[in-house]
Amino acid sequence: MVKVRYFAWVRERIGKAEEDIVLPDEVISVGDLLNWLKERDEGYANALQHPQTIRVAINQEHADHDEPVAGAREIALFPPMTGG
Amino acid sequence: MAEPVTPTVRVQTEDFDVSAEVAKLTEGRTDVGAIVTFTGLCRDEGGALSALELEHYPGMAEAEISRIAAEAVQRWPLTGLLAIHRYGLMRPGDNIVLVAAASSHRQAAFEAASFVMDFLKTEAPFWKREHHANGEPGAWVDAKEMDDEARARWSR
Repeated sequence: MVKVRYFAWVRERIGKAEEDIVLPDEVISVGDLLNWLKERDEGYANALQHPQTIRVAINQEHADHDEPVAGAREIALFPPMTGG
Repeated sequence: MAEPVTPTVRVQTEDFDVSAEVAKLTEGRTDVGAIVTFTGLCRDEGGALSALELEHYPGMAEAEISRIAAEAVQRWPLTGLLAIHRYGLMRPGDNIVLVAAASSHRQAAFEAASFVMDFLKTEAPFWKREHHANGEPGAWVDAKEMDDEARARWSR
């Protein structure tokens, strides 16, 4: 079980801020996770329609899309950052 | 070179007082020759905006700014480094972010402050959303390619 958190317009389109998910065995990498979530419903599909633009953090550190998700306690999905 | 200083990083809703923060960087020291501060403010885009709403990722925001600040104190001989980023609803004219870098000489202070801001904009998990002049929430601000280019110039 992994806590998945969403921020900004990813959160709004999916319709929730966080959820606990049991990842299926075929989800190996961050990229796999995005593609798998995208199939869940329209909200996810809308949020993740361009997965390459989605930024991901594993255990609160930035992660590339080819990084493995195994062992993650918390995974966050969000748009490119616009602070400062 | 002396041991790098420990940066101060704060993520908060409250406003900050630039002169009070700068005073803390020189308090009890006689080796500070230069302090560069950058203050980012909320602007109204020619009257179109009533506010900016800043969302952040609690925990990671502090951690990511701390990582950036730790790299800055490794790269430049600083006597002090401070970064404060606010979240919540900002009105035009409000402070959003403060970076202050202190050093014996100006070059290090200028470069470190600029480095921290360039990385903070592209790596720290904050997102801005516009609120229109009529008070209605508007669009999320898009990330700028220019900001990625500004960050890229620091790669060694």
